[in-house]
Amino acid sequence: MSGEVPLWEVFIRPRNGLAHKHVGSIHAADEVMALQAARDVYTRRGEGNSIWVVPSAAITASDPDQAAENFEPTAEKIYRHPTFYDIPDEVGHM
Amino acid sequence: MALFDAVLELADDHLVLGHRLSEWCGHAPMLEEDLALPNMALDLIGTARTLYDYAATLEGQGRTEDDMAYLRGEREYRNLLLCERPNEDFAQTMLRQLYFAAFMHPYWQAAADSADEVIRGVAGKAVKEMAYHIRHAGEWVIRLGDGTEESARRMTDAVEALHIYTGELFEEGSAEGVDALPSRAAVKPAWEAIIDHIFGQALLSRPVVQYPQTGGRRGLHGESLGHLLAEMQSVHRAHPGATW
Repeated sequence: MSGEVPLWEVFIRPRNGLAHKHVGSIHAADEVMALQAARDVYTRRGEGNSIWVVPSAAITASDPDQAAENFEPTAEKIYRHPTFYDIPDEVGHM
Repeated sequence: MALFDAVLELADDHLVLGHRLSEWCGHAPMLEEDLALPNMALDLIGTARTLYDYAATLEGQGRTEDDMAYLRGEREYRNLLLCERPNEDFAQTMLRQLYFAAFMHPYWQAAADSADEVIRGVAGKAVKEMAYHIRHAGEWVIRLGDGTEESARRMTDAVEALHIYTGELFEEGSAEGVDALPSRAAVKPAWEAIIDHIFGQALLSRPVVQYPQTGGRRGLHGESLGHLLAEMQSVHRAHPGATW
């Protein structure tokens, strides 16, 4: 059955104020069923308070063969990381 | 005691239907439903536990929820015939769930005003679960009813097979005059409205039942309940009092 049913990517928001995060994928015939399946598969332990589903076919992914040219050049640019600042304790979690 | 009987009946409905749904675990047509069906089973079994516990308290004979669930025979079970009907195919399972949830949702809504604190507590939790069961089962009924030629045939067969058991939902029986619980008969218009709304989209029609099947509330069950109880109770009966 699953072979004939479209695949959907599932995003869950764990709490208000946080971003939706990809958690996995499910099969469903349409968007209504996809939301139900996502709820049943991925929120059984109180993981979230909002669900997004996106047709997997709608996602354009980067080519793994281009990983080197895409991502390796940034490795040596450590000056882009904001790690050279002292953050006062009072600021708390950033 | 009318309240005890009525609570026990409700508990039996939930446990038996919950057990039926749990039989799909590992056998559902797709992984997503393999999780969804036991999710719904656990909703029902959770409600059954609270109700058995309450029934045992009302009875005051020292019985526990386990005694109620595992040490009563077929004739002592008071569940609706609808709840014990075998799973058969996925269409029948979804329709059975819709029929039951479309009754329990308005029933628990009405029970939210009960003067009985336990009933009010159960109602508050269960009303949300039943709303989801209606949605989950209802969406499947719509898609199967208005789906392929085969899915439509199976859905029509399911209505044919199960609709004769729905009249029993509205029998007051031992709940007659019990103030703590809502009237079962009064739920009928809400139930019909939910079913008609979904059947309209599913291209199904609500049949007129010539020979309604009842008897569960009097302990008169179909053959399949005995098999269900034998499986469900076997571990407890083989190892009485075992805990883990």
